[in-house]
Amino acid sequence: MNFQHISNKAKQEWEALREHSYVLVGTATCGRAAGALDVVDGFNKELRQRKLEVPIIQVGCMGLCYAEPLVTIFKPGSFTVVYSNVTPEVVPRLVDGYIAGEDPCLELALGTLGGGDGDAVYIPELSRFEHELRLILRRCGYIDPENINHYIANGGYSGLKKALGISAEEIITELRKCGLRGRGGAGFPTYRKWEQCYKAEGTPKYVICNADEGDPGAFMDRAILESDPHQVIEGMIIAGYVIGAEQGYIYVRAEYPLAIERIKIALQQAEEAGLLGSDILGAGFAFYVEIATGAGAFVSGEATALVAAIEGRRSEPRPRPPRLSEVGLWGKPTLLNNVKTFAYVPLIIERGGDWFASIGTESSKGTAVFTLAGKVAHTGLAEVPMGATLRELIYEIGGGIAKGKQFKAVQIGGPSGGCLPESLLDIPIDYDSLREAGSMMGSGGTIVMDENNCMVDAARFFLDFSTKESCGKCTMCRLGTLQMLRILEDITAGRARIEDLDSLLALAEDVRLGSLCGLGKTAPNPVLTTLRYFRDEYEAHILEKRCPAKVCPELTVYYILPEKCDRGCEHCVLTCPTEAIKGSKGEVKVIDQEKCSRCGTCLEVCPPEYSAVVKLSPVSLLPSSASSTKGGEK
Amino acid sequence: MVKERQGSQEIAEILGRHKKEKRNLIPLLQEIQTRLGYLPKKTLQKIANFLEMPEVEVWGVATFYNQFRFVPLGKYHTMVCMGTACHLAGGKLILEALERELSIKVGATSADGNFSLERVACIGCCMLAPVIVISGKIYPKMTPFKVEEVLIPYRQEAQSELKEEKSKGKS
Repeated sequence: MNFQHISNKAKQEWEALREHSYVLVGTATCGRAAGALDVVDGFNKELRQRKLEVPIIQVGCMGLCYAEPLVTIFKPGSFTVVYSNVTPEVVPRLVDGYIAGEDPCLELALGTLGGGDGDAVYIPELSRFEHELRLILRRCGYIDPENINHYIANGGYSGLKKALGISAEEIITELRKCGLRGRGGAGFPTYRKWEQCYKAEGTPKYVICNADEGDPGAFMDRAILESDPHQVIEGMIIAGYVIGAEQGYIYVRAEYPLAIERIKIALQQAEEAGLLGSDILGAGFAFYVEIATGAGAFVSGEATALVAAIEGRRSEPRPRPPRLSEVGLWGKPTLLNNVKTFAYVPLIIERGGDWFASIGTESSKGTAVFTLAGKVAHTGLAEVPMGATLRELIYEIGGGIAKGKQFKAVQIGGPSGGCLPESLLDIPIDYDSLREAGSMMGSGGTIVMDENNCMVDAARFFLDFSTKESCGKCTMCRLGTLQMLRILEDITAGRARIEDLDSLLALAEDVRLGSLCGLGKTAPNPVLTTLRYFRDEYEAHILEKRCPAKVCPELTVYYILPEKCDRGCEHCVLTCPTEAIKGSKGEVKVIDQEKCSRCGTCLEVCPPEYSAVVKLSPVSLLPSSASSTKGGEK
Repeated sequence: MVKERQGSQEIAEILGRHKKEKRNLIPLLQEIQTRLGYLPKKTLQKIANFLEMPEVEVWGVATFYNQFRFVPLGKYHTMVCMGTACHLAGGKLILEALERELSIKVGATSADGNFSLERVACIGCCMLAPVIVISGKIYPKMTPFKVEEVLIPYRQEAQSELKEEKSKGKS
């Protein structure tokens, strides 16, 4: 089929849509979890009652996950307004106000996204976007991911059209000029992989997209696949054209059912439009894409282990060389890239390698996509030019630390990354600076920790994850990490000796050296960085039996201050899940330390005007009268 | 017995739709688990026979991946997210509260077959941490205190169904 024809048709549909008002509701996983589908129902109902014909379009994630469910109302000739935390209850107000009427309901709005006559600015545009540069997120949350025409009308598949008109060598040259490095974490130059596969002998060849986003705390690949899946497919088709492959696979986690559904729809629509199949855009080039569903193993994200999983085997990595570009899927040359790497390709082809290379730093080009989670005020997704600082990411885009708490650390790159302290917040975000600091870009999952998080506990958490997810092939990864975990458990329980820290460091080095793949090699990173930047917390646990953040249950107790306890109220007594709090009405409440499970419910429910419940660490701070279990003192 | 026969028919039907290729092992395990809720021992034998590979290899793959289960799930399968964001927000306390409330340990199914409890790595809803998922519905921003509350509708439903069954049995 002729691309011009497809493109014109798509543009007509898009223009026709924009002649009238329409509503966008974010229904990616984040929106759904917050109740977006009820909001969609609410709009349908209210519009039907008023006999209004206004399209309700379910879109992906705009990256403002903290504000979900998010609704955007587009109105020709007026401001496009984004509303946050929308519930079905406010839908009638929005319908009457801005869809049927002219009142933009600003009290419910988060911000405006341009439009209007320019003179009458109602509220500041979403200010975080000034710090962002959105390339692969630019359409996320604005187009219908289940409608290929929305993608095409917004520049989609024109990269492929252009690619089919030039040679494979020319495309590889553009990729070299652009400086794109693999967005899966390791940062290998993309053009080198493509070139190796292009030159590799042996047929058939394969293209694999790694969407096995197993890193806890990272969800950008999910968001991209749920919001704008076609850009990834387009990148894969271009890859197939360059290396001479006919078959592609997208390996997605089973935990992402919505992403799988939206990829399926996208593949079908691409095939119907002649953008996938036996003769793509009449260029005589054939390419097909299949979905392979992961079965829940973190190690499958490693390239050789992923190939084993598609082949139906246990997902265990193998030594390299040979590289996958020589011996890959079923022993054939295979090109494997991350979701984001493929997503950049169409744009680079369209705008040229020099354009992409003009963004970012000397060694890291383009943009980086981050997820912001943990104790940051505005959790969600962000795309910033390489070289932006962590401070910008957390404070300008993320809105700082939630609930006015104090920043303690930022963890980047998941279980393979490291925890960085306040003093390193001004280092530029690029592959090399992060590695130097002991962390890594990894997947781009960013978790912010505040004063209430214990760094030893955080290190223990990541190591526990690596231990559970180790495939068991290498001894050091299987048993060395377990030994490290035991030491950390001893520290958090107050049983460790100060010499154990040396053993921990020695083991970390052994695990790094004795492991074949990235999982084992990087598993000690969270421990090494927390020891490097937060050694005082380790020492407090060991020497003083004190958890500075009052997190570790063995070193912390809850205590009710008798002078503050109201005596008349029984919130804590009634809600304590283990019935550990004694004292009837009119009596001071006392916690039975034997029964207490350290869940913190009493602290949460104690009315703020009393604030009688406190946490104490070390345990020896507990007044001796409170360790008795009699309770009910008058 | 009726159930078992139905199960084996379904398995035969699923096997019939796949080619006898080793690469189909994981998709087969996934499809059968989706249909039956878990992988009974006999099923693994059948898959091994179908793909003409040693049963031990099928077990090797099935036990390697976290997704596969070998005991039936409860009617309301409860997953507790143990991702980083959920951990920092107190995910472990939620898990402990659920264990207490349901009187089962993680990985087990309650004696009445109503609830099963599983810990999962990350469901990608970090902004709503800590989260749990009951029968596919996500419950955001959990606290130990809220655990009892979110279980109420499931317990009520289970109870009323039990009553219905009993009254059917009488008539």
